[in-house]
Amino acid sequence: MARIFMKGCEANAESAVRAGCRFFAGYPITPQNEIPEYFARRLPEVGGNFVQGESEVASVNMLYGSAQTGTRSMSSSSSTGISLYSEGISFMASARIPAVVVNVVRGGPGIGAIQPAQQDYLQATKASGNGGFRMIVLAPSTVQECVDMVYEAFDLAERDDNPVLILADGVLGTMMEPVELPEMKSDEEVAALKAKYYEKAIVGHPITDRKLGVPGSVGTGQEIRNIEAAAMYKTWDKDIRCEEYMTEDAEIILASYGISARISKAAVKDLRAEGIKAGLIRPITVSPFPYDVFKNLDFDRVKGILDVEMSIPAQMKWDVEYAVQDRLPIHECLRSGGQIMTKEKVMEEAHALVKEVL
Amino acid sequence: MMKKVYARTTGIQDKVSGFCPGCMHGTVHKMIGEVAEELGIMDRLVRAEGVGCCGLGQNYVSYDTTISPHGRACAMATGMKRSNPDSIIYTYQGDGDLASIGLAETMHAANRNENITVIFINNGIYGMTGGQMAPTTLLGMKSTTTPEGRDPEKGQGYPMHMCEILNQLTGPYYLERTTCTDPAHVRKTKAAIKKAFQNQIDGKGFSMVEIVTSCPTNWGMTPLKAVDFINSDMLKEYPLGVFRDRSKEEKEAE
Repeated sequence: MARIFMKGCEANAESAVRAGCRFFAGYPITPQNEIPEYFARRLPEVGGNFVQGESEVASVNMLYGSAQTGTRSMSSSSSTGISLYSEGISFMASARIPAVVVNVVRGGPGIGAIQPAQQDYLQATKASGNGGFRMIVLAPSTVQECVDMVYEAFDLAERDDNPVLILADGVLGTMMEPVELPEMKSDEEVAALKAKYYEKAIVGHPITDRKLGVPGSVGTGQEIRNIEAAAMYKTWDKDIRCEEYMTEDAEIILASYGISARISKAAVKDLRAEGIKAGLIRPITVSPFPYDVFKNLDFDRVKGILDVEMSIPAQMKWDVEYAVQDRLPIHECLRSGGQIMTKEKVMEEAHALVKEVL
Repeated sequence: MMKKVYARTTGIQDKVSGFCPGCMHGTVHKMIGEVAEELGIMDRLVRAEGVGCCGLGQNYVSYDTTISPHGRACAMATGMKRSNPDSIIYTYQGDGDLASIGLAETMHAANRNENITVIFINNGIYGMTGGQMAPTTLLGMKSTTTPEGRDPEKGQGYPMHMCEILNQLTGPYYLERTTCTDPAHVRKTKAAIKKAFQNQIDGKGFSMVEIVTSCPTNWGMTPLKAVDFINSDMLKEYPLGVFRDRSKEEKEAE
C-alpha cells in the first residue's frame, strides 16, 4: 500500500475509521482538535455518527452508550479533559465495555500547558478513574505506530471487553510523517463485527433474553465482577511489548517511552559513536509494563539507568524502580510543561551518569 | 366464556418490588411496560436509567437495561440511539439526576432534538440518599440539607421547572408534565408516555414526560398524605399540561 504524508491526529482518526469505528464523540481541547474535526468530515461518508458533546463528561458517556450497541466507538481528549473522562472510563471498565480512548497529553496538572508533554503517565497506567480497574495502554512513538495501534486497539478492546487507552502527546498529534494506512474494513466486515457483539449488546432483545449493562452489582455481584476483571488483567503478560535497542552489550540503559524514546534513540546512536555502550529500553505497552525486561538485565554489566521523560516529576521511573529495586542507580532526564526533550539534554544527562557509574 | 381483559405487563418481572409504600415508581414502570406492549416495541426497548431510586428499576423491569453515571443518561442514550437507531431508548431519571447533576446533558440532548424518550420523575427530593434538597424541592420544604425548610435567602435557590426551561429551546419535540395521584391522572400519564414513545418510533425527536410524584418516606408523610401534598402544594409549583407538542403545530400547518 502506498505511503502518504499525514498529520498524527488525522492519521489516527483515519486508521480508526478503517478499523470499523463508526462513532466518535468529543469536545474541543488542544492539542487534539484535528481528531474530532477529521471524524466530523469522515464519519458521515461511511454511515457513521459524529457528535460534538457539550462537555467531556457528556462525550465520554456518549461513547459509553454507543459502545454498548457493539458499534466500534472512539473518543479522544487531552489531559484535563481525560480527567473528566475518568468516571465514564471507570463505568466502561466496570460494565466491561470495549471502547478506544486517545489522550493527546498536555504539560501539567490543572489546565497544564497545551504544548506536548508526557505528564499523564501515572493517571493512564495506574488509576484512570475510581475503582482500581486497569486498561491496556499503548504508547506510540511515531505517527505510523499511532495508526497501527489505533487499528489494533479495537481488537484488544473487544477481546477483553475493556476500554483501551492510546497515550500520545502533542508532538505525535501535530507532526506530519509518511504513513502506510491499514486496510479499510468493508461495510460487511463492520456489520459482522456489530452482529458478533449482539449477544452482549444493549439494543433490545426478546424478553426471554434480557441484557443488563451492569449485571450483578448488588449483593456479592460486585466482588464477583472485580474478581473476573482482575483475572482478565492477569492474562495481559502475553500482550507486553517493548523495544530493546542496542541493549545486548549496553553498560548504561536509557529508559523512555513515546516521543521521548525517539529522541533517546538518537542520543544512543551518538553515545555509541563516542564509544559509550548505551542502549534503550522503550516500553510500547506502558500498561502492562515490561517489568521483566528490566528485571532480567545483566546487573554485572549494566551500571546505571537514565529515565528519560517529558514529565516533572518523573512518573515512569516508578515502574522502572519497581523492576530494578536498588540494584542500579537510576538518574532522571526530565523536561516538562510543554518543553520538548532534546538530544543534547539526553546526552548531557547520560554523560553525567557515565561519569558516576563507569 | 371467560375473557381475559387485564393482565400483568410482561415489561416488569414477576416479583415483589422494594420500593417504599406509596412510591409511584412501580406505577410508572407498569405503564411503560404496557405502552411498550401496545406499541409492539418490547423487544427493541432499552432503558438507560439514572442513579438514585430510579436506578432500582433494573431489578424489576424485564427488558434491556443499562445504568448511566449519575446525570448522564441523556448523553448515554444519545450514543446508543445514534449507533443503533432501531432501538427504542428511554431514560428514566429523577430530579437530582436530570435537573441537578445532569442538567447540561438534559439541556443539550433536548437542544439537539435527540430522538429519545425521557421519563422524568419529579418528587422534589433525593430519595435513595436519604432526603436531601433537590433542585425541585419546594420553598419551605424541609429536607436533610435544608432542615429549616428551603430558603432562597439562605442561598438555597428556587425550584427549577424543567418543562418550562426546556420549552425555551427550539429543539425539543414534546414536553408534558403529568402526575399519578388518581386513576384519571394515571391514565393521562400513560397517554403521555405512549405519545413520547410514538414520537421516537416516528423519528420525531426529544420527548419528555415529567411526572410529579411523591416520596412519602423522605417527605415524612403517609402515602395518602403525600398524595394530598402533591395536589395542594406540588402542583401549584409544577402545573400540569403540555408545554410543547410539535405534532400539533405540524397538524395545524397542514
